[in-house]
Amino acid sequence: MEWGDDIYKAIKEAGVGQVAYVPDAGHKRLINACIDDNDIKAVSLTTEEEGIALSAGAWLGGEKCVMLMQSSGVGNCINMLSLIETCRFPFCAFVTMRGQWHEFNPWQMPMGTTTKQALQTAGCLVDEVEDPSDVGAKAAATIHKAFVGQQSSVLLLSQRMVPIKTFGK
Amino acid sequence: MSKRAESFPLHRREVAKTLLGAREDLLVVTGLGSTNWDFTAAGDCARIFPLWGAMGGAVPTGLGLALAQPSKRVLVATGDGEMLMGIGALATVAVQAPKNLAICVFDNERYGETGMQTTHTASVADLALTAQGLGIRNTGTITDENELKAELDAIINADGPVFRTIKVRAEPLEFVLPSKDGVHLKNRFRAELLGPEAL
Repeated sequence: MEWGDDIYKAIKEAGVGQVAYVPDAGHKRLINACIDDNDIKAVSLTTEEEGIALSAGAWLGGEKCVMLMQSSGVGNCINMLSLIETCRFPFCAFVTMRGQWHEFNPWQMPMGTTTKQALQTAGCLVDEVEDPSDVGAKAAATIHKAFVGQQSSVLLLSQRMVPIKTFGK
Repeated sequence: MSKRAESFPLHRREVAKTLLGAREDLLVVTGLGSTNWDFTAAGDCARIFPLWGAMGGAVPTGLGLALAQPSKRVLVATGDGEMLMGIGALATVAVQAPKNLAICVFDNERYGETGMQTTHTASVADLALTAQGLGIRNTGTITDENELKAELDAIINADGPVFRTIKVRAEPLEFVLPSKDGVHLKNRFRAELLGPEAL
């Protein structure tokens, strides 16, 4: 997914020091770029909610943290987002969507169809992108909204931009 | 219900005072809830960031801070219930292996804020063994004053990540509350660490 390179570029231009992630097929290219970058601390999480608290801790220490996850992981974050909301920490996440375009797995539908509302209910400002050529501009704007605008800022990356997954069926 | 914790010799308020006083540049993240009151009683100050909520978030908050500030010593002090809720974070810490991070779990084998119900550590769970199993090499359990004295230097100065369970008495204590204004707590911490221009 070449658009991952555009997010990586935006992350680098903003001087992000930590990238937290739960492994994800859609983000694979971007995650690998972050792991290979000696100036980025790439932090693999056991559950997405760790990434919310990690982002807060990074900001306490004067460093920007960006989070990469899949829509199913958003559900794991809800109470931890109270830390962002209550303390008005900047927060930035890029979420690859499931449960949208040619989804083959019904288990992905409940979270995939409610990700946006769940994030908004938890206090996040949510933008979406479906056109790969628009990812770079939207990524830069999402990061700017978080760390310059000091908001909780999330960009949802449409499932239409990732290869259709079938498990051979 | 296991009552053994009611006679553990270490008092949590004294332990907090010892840890906070051991190094004046120590950065401290405390977890919901009793460790907040312990460290506030020990000396409410800008280099303590207490979590009034976000249960399970103390260790990853400390990790983000430790990674951002590798030249500063970071201590996460939290309770057994809070630690159990985010136990996987110990594996995340082990993989990152920050040399400047220490984690102390004040283990009274109880959920203190909800009526002193027992946690899993009252019967079968061993947090130091768990931390070891999740990859943190420098771990152990402290049960009395002499052990605390002997281990203090490791907690405050040794190459991390360091993990210690500190068995503390299950006892009723007065609330000593820090500010609950999260924005204030964040800003005072950042101003102390990064200077006024961070605001």
